[in-house]
Amino acid sequence: MELPQLEHTRLRRHDSAASVPQFCNSPTMIVMVGLPARGKTYISKKLTRYLNWIGVPTKMFNVGQYRREAVKIYKNFEFFKPDNEEAMKIRKACAAAALKDVALYFTKEQGQVAVFDATNTTRERRAIILSFAMEMGYKVFFVESICDDPEIIAENIRQVKFGSPDYADRDIDEAMEDFTQRIDCYRASYMPIDDEKDRKLSYIKIFDVGSRYLVNRVQDHIQSRIVYYLMNIHVTPRSIYLSRHGESELNLLGRIGGDTGLSPRGQKYASALATFIKGQKIIDLKVWTSHMKRTVQTAEALGVQYEQWKALNEIDAGVCEELTYEEIQENFPEEFALRDQDKYRYRYPKGESYEDLVHRLEPVIMELERQENVLVICHQAVMRCLLAYFLDKPADELPYLRCPLHTVLKLTPIAYGCKVESFFLNIEAVNTHRERPLNVNITRNPEEALQTVPDHI
Amino acid sequence: MSANAERWVCARSRRLSRFIHLSGRAALSVLRSPSLEKEAFKTGIMRGSYTLRNAQERPVCMTNCPTLIVTVGLPARGKTYISKKLTRYLNWIGVPTKEFNVGQYRRECLKIYKSFEFFRPDNEEGLKIRRQCALSALNDVRQYLSVEGGQVAVFDATNTTRDRRRTIIMFAEQNGYRVFFVESVCEDPEVIAQNIVQVKLGNPDYIDCNSDEAIKDFMKRIKCYESSYQPLDEVLDRDLSYIKIMDVGRRYLVNRVVDHVQSRIVYYLMNIHITPRSIYLCRHGESDLNIKGRIGGDSGLSDRGKEFAKRLRNFLQEQNIKNLKVWTSQMKRTIQTAEILGVSYEQWKSLNEIDAGVCEEMMYEEIQERYPLEFALRDQDKYRYRYPKGESYEDLVQRLEPVIMELERQENVLVICHQAVLRCLLAYFLDKTADELPYLKCPLHTVLKLTPVAYGCEVESFCLSVDAVNTQRDRPENVNVQRSTEDALQTVPAHF
Repeated sequence: MELPQLEHTRLRRHDSAASVPQFCNSPTMIVMVGLPARGKTYISKKLTRYLNWIGVPTKMFNVGQYRREAVKIYKNFEFFKPDNEEAMKIRKACAAAALKDVALYFTKEQGQVAVFDATNTTRERRAIILSFAMEMGYKVFFVESICDDPEIIAENIRQVKFGSPDYADRDIDEAMEDFTQRIDCYRASYMPIDDEKDRKLSYIKIFDVGSRYLVNRVQDHIQSRIVYYLMNIHVTPRSIYLSRHGESELNLLGRIGGDTGLSPRGQKYASALATFIKGQKIIDLKVWTSHMKRTVQTAEALGVQYEQWKALNEIDAGVCEELTYEEIQENFPEEFALRDQDKYRYRYPKGESYEDLVHRLEPVIMELERQENVLVICHQAVMRCLLAYFLDKPADELPYLRCPLHTVLKLTPIAYGCKVESFFLNIEAVNTHRERPLNVNITRNPEEALQTVPDHI
Repeated sequence: MSANAERWVCARSRRLSRFIHLSGRAALSVLRSPSLEKEAFKTGIMRGSYTLRNAQERPVCMTNCPTLIVTVGLPARGKTYISKKLTRYLNWIGVPTKEFNVGQYRRECLKIYKSFEFFRPDNEEGLKIRRQCALSALNDVRQYLSVEGGQVAVFDATNTTRDRRRTIIMFAEQNGYRVFFVESVCEDPEVIAQNIVQVKLGNPDYIDCNSDEAIKDFMKRIKCYESSYQPLDEVLDRDLSYIKIMDVGRRYLVNRVVDHVQSRIVYYLMNIHITPRSIYLCRHGESDLNIKGRIGGDSGLSDRGKEFAKRLRNFLQEQNIKNLKVWTSQMKRTIQTAEILGVSYEQWKSLNEIDAGVCEEMMYEEIQERYPLEFALRDQDKYRYRYPKGESYEDLVQRLEPVIMELERQENVLVICHQAVLRCLLAYFLDKTADELPYLKCPLHTVLKLTPVAYGCEVESFCLSVDAVNTQRDRPENVNVQRSTEDALQTVPAHF
């Protein structure tokens, strides 16, 4: 399902250029709450990545980072003891510094959402944040993660804490021991958000990694979307396989778009893909394709059930559908140059832009988050958008990500990010990747425009 | 798998094609490997946990097994309001849904409602009848979900005791349905009073009473339920899937959402509100292509279109609307209309007119000449027909779902859009079926004002007295692919 087309809400004022989409009127601070190892940073990073991808400028502020910069060398859990006055002073100063940077982000960098990632386990700390926000005119939305399952906590510690700079020189057992005592330091003074006392606040409480949620006073659209997103993500281990369709007949001719079938090499790829997938021995793999012949034909060779999504169709090149780059240069030289100037936002006449694609793909991403093992057989521009989401690539890089034919990308979420493994299935195919040429001026000559066009028949 | 079950599975998969459209997918190829489905169902329940808990032995259930939504709550808590709204929404996005109101069954059984005494917990006769009615409704649920190809059934009753809920859960397990509870908890006496006034007074039960009598009786009715009310419990009911809505949406408790449908239902329920407001829908002013009888394209307003925009501005001022949001598409004709209003507005690409693909900017006569087969196919199934390289109404609905969701969140909004788009939005608010949708009348230069009232929507139509061409083409009598040109063009409206 799609969520509102936020990137095209251009508030029209007679005076302003207003090219920056206005999703929310006041900036929003998302404030994490919870004991250590409850997934706060995991959620913060993921949420930040998602919001940026859908076009909401978001930045994360991890107070632990500020502490590491202030203290340089972490000795042990004693730093976090509630009676350690020296440390308390430093920690408070770090939080204040982070808040200052949040304000800078909103005022100087046109940020829209700031994720304030810290334990924020005491009412006092949260009160400081609330009055800061009130003074500055920011909305506040709390995200509290509550979990008492010892296995999950242990797993979290293993996954992310051992790699932390704090424990770079320790062995696993020492680190585990120290971290557990660190958690205890917080536990005594932990005051969870109270359903009675805090009933005027806007928040979501996540229990046991998502088996239960309590949502209170969602104020606006962006908070509603954040809640929806948080309620759809999970931490069950799984892998997402991304691949393009096999080489198509139009690919061979160097033509973009269209709806042709597979070339002989493309057919070979489909069979190779089937073999590869079987070899991976994936549990309950879901297979998704677009509505276009070339992805459907590729999936058919797999011999398993698959689902077709119109949302996965290739970017619509409008008047340039089925043209070669040479023909585009000949017939629409100015458009061709404009596209090179801003490939992400440029919309083909009667067609789409990458920005439109991202919007179209949002429900696919949401469903990918809900699912477990999935193979998505799609198209070049589509795959670039999906990849940008998983690998946190910004809008400038997105349209130039390399997604060659006949290559499967296996994405496996680990720690705070995504592991990528690339499998080229050894079937030759044309290269369809056109880099940004040096000269993007509309006055450029044809050679300069066609400088980076890949070979074709 | 038995032969019967196989056939059932295949039949389901055809009907499932509607369900799959939920996320933009087309017809599913025939379901194979039922064992895979069972596995998938199991992991679905265990979402988010590292240790596999022992699920009770359940019968084979496909990943897309039907869902039984069960409302829970004292009378006058908005259960029927939510049931009807949810049903309307799910049907609109293509999930066959039906609601089953147990109160209806009771009215049919009892014929004449005397007083609240019927609902007293010690009224054995009453209890027997009420139990019968619930079972009868469940029977119809089974008919709908297992035989008629329904996907979601909304079981609308108080279901306030654990015992009653247990019965329903067992029924669902026996039939392979997933259960999702929607509990509405509200203690605000004003809200409850407002509910009673809005919907109970018009109810058949109180047709012969005056308002005061009715309210008094209804309050006593509520009391009958209060003593035995066992709300969903965070601990005792931790294995159930449910959402608890508190104080008309101020707070929600969501437990164990196991699949896509439930996730969407939760998202929807969390976005609706009951604050009074109105939604204004209209098309752009008459455009240059409209005058020529051409479809689609991206032309500007004709002179009459501009006149309409001016009248629209006056109309809005007269309406004196608080905090009106104005939305347009990204096409010239809606933007130009909004510009004349002189207020700030937001452009949504999703509100763009249906893409007629190869038929863009053609007159109907030209479509008949160049693509007579396509023209006929469209008349045969206007909702699902997709223009070559274009869209179908079905695609439109999908594209408009975020607009609907945001309309639900908002308060006063004016949407300036296009004919096909307006039809889709209107069908959502007025609960029109897919067959009716593409033929809804949405003339130019007319504003529709929709105001939610009781369980539905009040519609007021304002024709702003500026002439415009008629763009409505009704379904012709002959939709056969071999029809003559006259037959095909029988219903084309006049143009230059």
